[in-house]
Amino acid sequence: MPWTAVATAVLFVIGLALSLQTSPADYQQGEAVRIMYIHVPAAWIAMAAYAVMAGASLVALVWRHTLADVAAEVTAPLGAVFTAIALTTGMLWGKPMWGTYWVWDARLTSVLVLFFLYLGAIAIREAHEDRARGGRAAQILALLGVVNLPIIKFSVDWWNTLHQGESIFRASGPTIAASMLWPLGIMALAYTLLFAMLMMLRIRTMIFRQQVRAASARRASTSELHEAAHA
Amino acid sequence: MNAFRAILAREITLSIATGGAGLSLTFFVLTIALLPLAVGSEPDMLRRLGPGFAWLAALLAQLLTLERLVQADLEDGSLDLLVGAALPLELGFVAKTLAHWLSVGLPLTVLSLFAALLDDLDGPGTLRLVLSLLIGLPGLSAIGGTISALTAGVRRGSLLVALLALPLAVPFLIFGSGAASGRGLGSFLFLGAISVFSLSISLLLGPSALRSQIE
Repeated sequence: MPWTAVATAVLFVIGLALSLQTSPADYQQGEAVRIMYIHVPAAWIAMAAYAVMAGASLVALVWRHTLADVAAEVTAPLGAVFTAIALTTGMLWGKPMWGTYWVWDARLTSVLVLFFLYLGAIAIREAHEDRARGGRAAQILALLGVVNLPIIKFSVDWWNTLHQGESIFRASGPTIAASMLWPLGIMALAYTLLFAMLMMLRIRTMIFRQQVRAASARRASTSELHEAAHA
Repeated sequence: MNAFRAILAREITLSIATGGAGLSLTFFVLTIALLPLAVGSEPDMLRRLGPGFAWLAALLAQLLTLERLVQADLEDGSLDLLVGAALPLELGFVAKTLAHWLSVGLPLTVLSLFAALLDDLDGPGTLRLVLSLLIGLPGLSAIGGTISALTAGVRRGSLLVALLALPLAVPFLIFGSGAASGRGLGSFLFLGAISVFSLSISLLLGPSALRSQIE
């Protein structure tokens, strides 16, 4: 089954990355810098998940593709969790490094906004009693909030902030040391595969749930017919 | 054009007559007046905090009336008429948003002069406050219109409106209060950009949201 294959691949890559990360050179910050390997990929996935959700929402809205709506539905809680991981690991890293858990600089604020956007997307889907209407509302909301993504990305360039500036995705090439870039890249890949695996699992579950719902509705209507006929 | 004007007139009249506009404006004025009681009345501090707080108060005041904006129409069936009318729904949505701004946003902008008075802002400071509200509030009305269209007919809709509107309003608040507090032309430019972007994206998505309420 493709899913078990992906699951195995994910676990393998994560394991590999974890073993690699015990070996990169000691940094000025000491061992605490290793949180970076958890924090940074989580933040990348948090943003990428929103892009996936917005893209799926666009497809669902314009082409009325049901699978796209399921994808958008599934991505919201996943993205929220990765954002929460990024925020909490960032806070835990900030305390020893900056002396504070939180500061209202541009990047932290806009990632917090991203977290609330995810919660809003989940909430609006649940709030509507009509599933189709809730789906449509969540799609529109996802597209409304897409302006936050470039703000997050460029916030550390536009404003002088406490958060680390861009050292990897820069036009003139990354400035991070190679011994750290490689484990970081592997962890990023691991996170991506983990996200993809979880997303596929949830989509499959959603489809099964839909089939169960349809089957029980069919059974209920046929049993009603039987009762009406034999009554 | 007649249909557009008719919808606009209806929305403005409803907003004023059912007390929605009055509620927002009263809330704004009271909150501004309560600021010195909350943080102390040092003139320097009020001059620094006043514009930002006025922006926050304006944002919350607009939020107050958002819940009923589309839900009232949904309940009494006029949303069906709006969607099925000969006038394109985009223009209908523009009429609703424009009416909201004219009855709530524009008076708020004028009432900010009152905030300038209370916080003893100088001439340039007052101009910055009024100008930033003038640029930013239309975009907020547009986003608010879309959000209220998304949440109409939902139980506990008012909570949901707040949860959804506040993250989307954060860029407005940051740049708007930054512009009002004198953080330079950059804030004004960003505020203008966010406002125009919100107007255009709401024009795309708002009618879609309205239509989905009817289907």
